[in-house]
Amino acid sequence: MSRIAVTFTLNGARRRVRVAPMKRLLDVLREDCALTGTKEGCGEGECGACTVLIDGRAANSCLIPAVHADGATLVTVEGLARRGGALSALQQAFVTMGGAQCGICTPGILVSAQELLLRSRGRVPGDAEVREALAGNLCRCTGYQKIVDAVRAAAREAMPARARAARRAPKARATAKARRTAKRARRAR
Amino acid sequence: MRTALSTLAVARPRDLAEALVLMRDGAGRPIPIAGGTDLLVYLNAGTQKGDRFVDLRSLAELRGIRAGTDRFTVGALTTFSEIREHAALARRFPALAAAAAEVGGRQIQNRATVGGNIANASPAADSTPALLALDAIVHVRSSDGARVIALDRLFRGYRDLTMRPDELITAVELPFAPERSVQFFRKVGTRRAQSISKVVMAGVLRLGRDGRVDHVRIALGSVAPVTLRARAAEASLAGIAPSPVASYRARAALMDDIAPIDDIRSDREYRRAVSGNVLEQFLRSADPRFARG
Ligand SMILES: Cc1cc2nc3c(=O)[nH]c(=O)nc-3n(C[C@H](O)[C@H](O)[C@H](O)COP(=O)(O)OP(=O)(O)OC[C@H]3O[C@@H](n4cnc5c(N)ncnc54)[C@H](O)[C@@H]3O)c2cc1C
Ligand code: FES
Ligand code: FES
Repeated sequence: MSRIAVTFTLNGARRRVRVAPMKRLLDVLREDCALTGTKEGCGEGECGACTVLIDGRAANSCLIPAVHADGATLVTVEGLARRGGALSALQQAFVTMGGAQCGICTPGILVSAQELLLRSRGRVPGDAEVREALAGNLCRCTGYQKIVDAVRAAAREAMPARARAARRAPKARATAKARRTAKRARRAR
Repeated sequence: MRTALSTLAVARPRDLAEALVLMRDGAGRPIPIAGGTDLLVYLNAGTQKGDRFVDLRSLAELRGIRAGTDRFTVGALTTFSEIREHAALARRFPALAAAAAEVGGRQIQNRATVGGNIANASPAADSTPALLALDAIVHVRSSDGARVIALDRLFRGYRDLTMRPDELITAVELPFAPERSVQFFRKVGTRRAQSISKVVMAGVLRLGRDGRVDHVRIALGSVAPVTLRARAAEASLAGIAPSPVASYRARAALMDDIAPIDDIRSDREYRRAVSGNVLEQFLRSADPRFARG
């Protein structure tokens, strides 16, 4: 069957491929663009290993036909690294904090986490918020906690130093106040 | 299966009029594709019929959320992320916003459309119980013209719609729920996120000035071949003042509305018990006097 020309921006560079229109974006990336960081786990939208950003939003590339990538801006795990290939703060946090074990889920999780960081810019998302953002990504190794910790550590690092200091101060005051209130409540009883 | 994907053709109409002509004239019925989150699963599994598709994504006429004085109109291509993020819509229709937040994970919500969720007609769909409880009206178009169908009238049987195959859903119209009414949505699944429901329920309820129920809608999914309104339960509550007895009667009536089956996700008895419990939870959330004991 006839192929069509599909043009997109991939990790910052313009690309043009000739592919079957219903070819999965996952296969276009791996076979036509030679970017094998994006993984296939299930091929049915359940596991999230194939997650990429399409126009700034996380999506399962196993469920996206090539025709829907036409004109889009795509970011894969390869596009998260800094210029020259150094790891981003998010990627580094996964290394440092043990957020990756076998690694098959890691590219997809990093991309989903990247979307969350874009969405919550300047704020450290809570534990539950990270888990919700990563609900579409399965990991059979880590038990998730280290992944959540790594994402939150990266968010903390991305905040400007001043905002970080300001955040800590009122929190310390708030806990002191909570402790006093609790003490008073105990005495009242 | 991937070799099969390479044999499929996709037409890319520039506007709705062109799409409707393709839907009418296409030799061997062409299949519309919106977000693709259902279709690609079927295609990857080799269970999707047809080899010609019409891409809807470029149709501006199917996009956008419009607020009117007494209703919202939501384009068929609106994604569940867009519904979640639209503050005014979410404030008006908390049951729909809650449903949108429980459709799959973020990756699905970013692509899955409300039109696709309706047209796919799964008995386990999450948005349709909310839309049914909100009296949603579906706008459809074919090359013959436009018509509107109450969502309630759209589902005929298991994955069977009262829509012609050459018709496209263009929008969903949502009249404002009555002032002071309470909305409810609850999905019971195996895990908090990204699971197909065992039971899903949405509701809208209002007590009139006289303290009696003067508006009630209850809709469920995963308990019958289609997502449906629980008419018997609704009737048992109409005109009734909140009480534990009213709640008990509504639970009993609900068992006439639903016909759950045993399947891999759950069994019949469990679904009946949970449906009753969730109904009671809804009624209690609307008015504490519905609580037992
Ligand atoms: C991993 C995963 C998890 C999921 N979780 C959930 C969940 O929790 N809850 C839930 O309800 N669903 C869930 N789904 C199902 C799916 O995401 C939804 O049904 C979605 O709303 C379908 O929309 P779409 O735009 O992707 O449809 P598509 O796949 O593009 O189309 C679905 C069907 O609708 C038809 N169609 C689409 N748009 C129109 C239109 N405008 N007019 C006429 N026909 C049309 C198509 O021809 C096709 O038959 C899940 C799917 C996956 C893969
Ligand atoms: S490979 Fe795409 S979600 Fe599993
Ligand atoms: S690290 Fe092995 S699946 Fe997540």
